[in-house]
Amino acid sequence: MTPTAEHKLWMYEKMIEIRQYEETMAGVYLEGKLPPAIQKGLAFDIGGGPVPGEMHLAAGQEPVAVGVCAHLRAEDSVVGTHRPHHFAIAKGVPLKPMTAEMFGKDTGLGRGKGGHMHLFDPAHKFSCSGIIGASLPPACGAALAAKKRGKDWVAVAFFGEGASNQGSFHESLNLASLWRLPVVFVCEDNKYAISVEKVDSTSVAWNADRASAYGMPGVLVGQNDALEVYEAAGAAIARARRGEGPTLLEVRTDRYLGHFQGDPETYRPAGEVEALRKNDPIPRLGAHLRKLGLLDDAADAALRAGVNARVAEAYEYGRTSPYPKPEDALLHVFH
Amino acid sequence: MSNTRKLTMAAAISEAIGQEMERDQDVFVLGEDVAKYGGIFGATGGLLARFGKERIMDTPISETAFIGTAIGAAAEGLRPIVELMFVDFFGVCMDMIYNHLAKNTYMSGGSVQLPVVLMTAIGGGYNDAAQHSQCLYSTFAHMPGLKVVVPSNAYDAKGLMTQAIRDNNPVVFMFHKGIMGLPWMAYFEGSTNEVPEASYTIPFGQAKVVREGSDLTIVAVSQMVQKALIAAQQLADSGIKAEVLDLRTIVPLDRAAVLASVRKTGRLLVADEDYLSFGLSGEIAALVAENLDSVALKAPVRRLAVPDVPIPYSRPLERFVIPQVDAIVKATQGLMGARQPAGAAA
Repeated sequence: MTPTAEHKLWMYEKMIEIRQYEETMAGVYLEGKLPPAIQKGLAFDIGGGPVPGEMHLAAGQEPVAVGVCAHLRAEDSVVGTHRPHHFAIAKGVPLKPMTAEMFGKDTGLGRGKGGHMHLFDPAHKFSCSGIIGASLPPACGAALAAKKRGKDWVAVAFFGEGASNQGSFHESLNLASLWRLPVVFVCEDNKYAISVEKVDSTSVAWNADRASAYGMPGVLVGQNDALEVYEAAGAAIARARRGEGPTLLEVRTDRYLGHFQGDPETYRPAGEVEALRKNDPIPRLGAHLRKLGLLDDAADAALRAGVNARVAEAYEYGRTSPYPKPEDALLHVFH
Repeated sequence: MSNTRKLTMAAAISEAIGQEMERDQDVFVLGEDVAKYGGIFGATGGLLARFGKERIMDTPISETAFIGTAIGAAAEGLRPIVELMFVDFFGVCMDMIYNHLAKNTYMSGGSVQLPVVLMTAIGGGYNDAAQHSQCLYSTFAHMPGLKVVVPSNAYDAKGLMTQAIRDNNPVVFMFHKGIMGLPWMAYFEGSTNEVPEASYTIPFGQAKVVREGSDLTIVAVSQMVQKALIAAQQLADSGIKAEVLDLRTIVPLDRAAVLASVRKTGRLLVADEDYLSFGLSGEIAALVAENLDSVALKAPVRRLAVPDVPIPYSRPLERFVIPQVDAIVKATQGLMGARQPAGAAA
């Protein structure tokens, strides 16, 4: 399935937006976390600054999110991971309340209760979890609901290659195949589960090969490339919409930053990230668009200016929104 | 006499594990990021270089499989130390922990022995939200068959870890992230203290009076002990003499030490970072209630704990639900001014 010009441009713009969002967050996140503003003797304080706690950024992994979400409609569900921003942005979660959530503000998606790993936007049918492998079972549930209601809606579960060794992966694949659920399982293989390389954690070279054990197609996208993801995801999502059941899609992608911000990354060989960045999927798609005559310098600059303004506006909104009242912590345990 | 030096709690735990691994070839470590990374919270720092990857084993993200593996290996006579990265991740593997690790000894009429240390990070205070900030020691203590160790400082952590490894039963060893002395997380400096180089053990079930006082007893574990000590110092400045009792292990629980202290002071505050209801604070309060024939209370028992909500992300919300030093001070002042309960001895 070849993308239309419109879809190609959408993917390009969304990848730029995601990258800009993540790079902005990388800077904001460091505020208030470095000496001398922190406890004496510390090199870094994870609990300091306007965006405290863990922060997992997805720079480099944009093709997975946009190549899949380009095919999705508003009614389709996406369940993401602990590294969720690229999925959320590609699914259409508005930047302002998402960013406000990361600043812990009352205007955030979860009114400051969830933070960056726990973004819930039912209006845009997006959720995620800080627990590894937790995306697959609820995606099966969303798919079951669509099926029971006679809709051609699909559900997508994103997860990392590390999650493929969790019971939830194997149980969900079996259940989805058994019940022919309209779900697509998308494995983002960025090679590392924190410090543990895939070769040290996984008994097969490719998770896509595991699909055969559950009677579903397994498709490997070997390049961190939006067009390739688009093509493979298109077939899988169309299959799900036709009621023919689930597909396991595995995408070889690249994590440019640490597992979390502040990760010393001593497990990475020197120069690895620099080498990965030479294969950046954003300029590659840009060059493709230019070759087709769909993009020129002026259009690129205009697009980037628009993205930068949107992202800056979202961060300003997050930063300046009010905190919830402390006693609001007691709300929302139950409806 | 052994030399001592100041160690962080992370270094003290790692040192205890290393010394036991030298002493006993059957001891080994497995878990996520325990080898190359040295444990996300440093509990296995430096051990891979000394012992190699056959004894310091990085695992897949497969908690059911690797905690179950620890159970099976222990039944064969090995002595695994298995790390669950955050206690919150118990959700994916509780069957192995609760239905097997905790019960096999009992169900086998004592014929199965499981010398497993399940080591895990607990606690909030750095805005990591509801899935990475819980304490949950009460949950584990609630389940018969698990010993539960909750140290508050490096010295205790080393002795208790050594004891845990030598124990022939399952031990859940819970270290609070905010007292590990990590270079990337604010921590309570009282937790970094003098630790002997030589190996030593601290028996389970022996609480420690970490500050003597006569006006009230503050019972705490883990990071809350450090908060209680700071609060007690502030209270001393206003003339209130608080005794701080560090339980150190909650299974077994040193009931005698709690009762002895409360008999002396007549007032009890339990300061706890776990959830309020059905947990440690209720257990301590019940212990005193069951012994009112020999404990004369001068004020009702007071509990400080997380008010039965998940841990929220946002800083003002998290600070509100997790008891802080000022909350301990305030609760204590309230207790000192409180009326005597009806029927209490003078």
